[in-house]
Amino acid sequence: MATQQARTLGRLMLSPTIILLFVWMIVPLAMTIYFSALNYNLLNPGMENFAGLDNYYYFLTDPAFLAAFRNTLVLVGSVLAITVVFGILIALLLDQPILGRNVVRLMVIGPFFIMPTVSALVWKNLLMHPVSGLFAWIATSLGLEPIDWFAEAPMFAIILIVSWQWLPFATLILLTALQSLDAEQREAAEMDGARSLSTFLYITLPHLARPITVVILIETIFLLSVFADIFVTTGGGPGLQTTNIAFLIYSQALMHYDVGTASAGGLVAVVVANILAFFLVRIVGRNLEA
Amino acid sequence: MGSITLQDVRKAFGPHVVIPGANLQIEDGSFVVFVGASGCGKTTLLRMIAGLEDVTSGRIMIDGANVVDVPPARRGLSMVFQSYALYPHMSVRGNIAFGLKMAGLPRPEIDRKVDAAAAILNLTSYLDRKPRELSGGQRQRVAIGRAIVREPKAFLFDEPLSNLDAALRVQMRQEVTRLQRQLKTTAIYVTHDQVEAMTMADRIVVLNAGSIEQYGTPLELYERPANLFVAGFIGSPRMNMIERETEQHRGAATIGVRPEHMTVSRDGDGWSGTVRAAEHLGSDTFLYVDTPEIGSITVRCVGELGLGEGDSVRLRPDPTRIHRFDKSGTAIR
Repeated sequence: MATQQARTLGRLMLSPTIILLFVWMIVPLAMTIYFSALNYNLLNPGMENFAGLDNYYYFLTDPAFLAAFRNTLVLVGSVLAITVVFGILIALLLDQPILGRNVVRLMVIGPFFIMPTVSALVWKNLLMHPVSGLFAWIATSLGLEPIDWFAEAPMFAIILIVSWQWLPFATLILLTALQSLDAEQREAAEMDGARSLSTFLYITLPHLARPITVVILIETIFLLSVFADIFVTTGGGPGLQTTNIAFLIYSQALMHYDVGTASAGGLVAVVVANILAFFLVRIVGRNLEA
Repeated sequence: MGSITLQDVRKAFGPHVVIPGANLQIEDGSFVVFVGASGCGKTTLLRMIAGLEDVTSGRIMIDGANVVDVPPARRGLSMVFQSYALYPHMSVRGNIAFGLKMAGLPRPEIDRKVDAAAAILNLTSYLDRKPRELSGGQRQRVAIGRAIVREPKAFLFDEPLSNLDAALRVQMRQEVTRLQRQLKTTAIYVTHDQVEAMTMADRIVVLNAGSIEQYGTPLELYERPANLFVAGFIGSPRMNMIERETEQHRGAATIGVRPEHMTVSRDGDGWSGTVRAAEHLGSDTFLYVDTPEIGSITVRCVGELGLGEGDSVRLRPDPTRIHRFDKSGTAIR
């Protein structure tokens, strides 16, 4: 089968797909690069002219960029920490033989199926609203002052909402990994005199190293581009407190109508994501090597 | 020290009784093999001694103390699992040292004991490797190393050789036996392989449907099986069970003659029959003979007799080695 002829034919048959995929990717990228070098504002249509690297200069020296960069790191880092730690704890609980385990498992996955816009609206208006929200009601019935989440702790509120969405994903992956842990290994540890905490530290946690890596890598990709939750709840504010890079690019393009700078920002975001991915793979990726 | 006594040990999963009540006395330093077909409860019995399985009722005494309510780690036993159950992310050293580390021994002492155990098992040059980098036999030795380093009162082996290939199994069989003799530690070994049982054991426990059928030395079991089950289980090829009345029965319901305890000739006296199939192994010949008197009989002859399919033969049992059983299957002595 694998003759020279067959291989050539195979490549020929594959080429339309590969060309399509390549064009699909390269056209937007090329256009973004092209726009990023233009002085292009939607308020002055037809007045585009070549701007060189000015857009990059303006984007990178904008004080908002540094704030957005920091916010992005805080958001990604906090959500990762919360989902991994609580994901492990919930997975451990769900691994126990409890009554109605299957129903509980199904319910835990729930939040993952709710689209970010909807969940952010629910959190904003039903849970965290300082007058009519559930949290405010709890606080007042305990005689406390209700917290205005999006004014007093906006970043924390966003982290809470995003974590709530991603916790099921982490839990699910870690739970399936837990179920694949060899029962005889646990028994061997028991015979060796390991108590439950030692068994967790020396047997369970190392067994989970690889799925934890997978969770961190996949979540990072999606958390770098969190947008809907911020757009619906805080709109990036107050001030720049909840503006991440994705939201900053949006505000450049559609609030300041500056397509050139937004394009430059988009490319900066690509570079930032790649740098982050590089370090992540370096730090946690070695767990993936068999 | 490590004598183990079972007193009326029972195990039931709900209404399903697995072990109806076992009594057993294992002396310090002996090598006892639990043998039986799969599902006979031998592993369950071992796991109850280990403490990994709860005892429904009865007592398990180790050195005279009842350990039924003592957690596995504090019973002073160590176990070699069928899958070896090595910790995959730890090195060989880490695996062997884990139990000592959990016991809170100081580091230098752990190192000394691990090195000593590794030396006994020829693992010294593999101490820094991970289990996945080892061969089956080496993994097996690590599992044994993990067991011996804790200097337990007894070793528990749960079919430890069943994942190895035939040649390695013979070698490991001898190694395990040698090691046990050298350490003089009590060992309980579970297997379904009667060759392993016969070659390794000081004493064998034959289990059937959760009950102990016989407890004795390998040769006792071979020469004086207590009942039909043991008679049929020990020995290969199986003992011939003859139920049709012959002059040898003398009141017994069944008599048993081992294939190797019969003489074959072309003529003369004895049961007459026709060879249905013959297996020539060079050293031995197995003849499957159809006889009109007593049914189908297996005979094992030493050497080559030149007999083949369709030949008519005469079979004479060795009268001193005929086993007689009554109606309930118990041996008549």
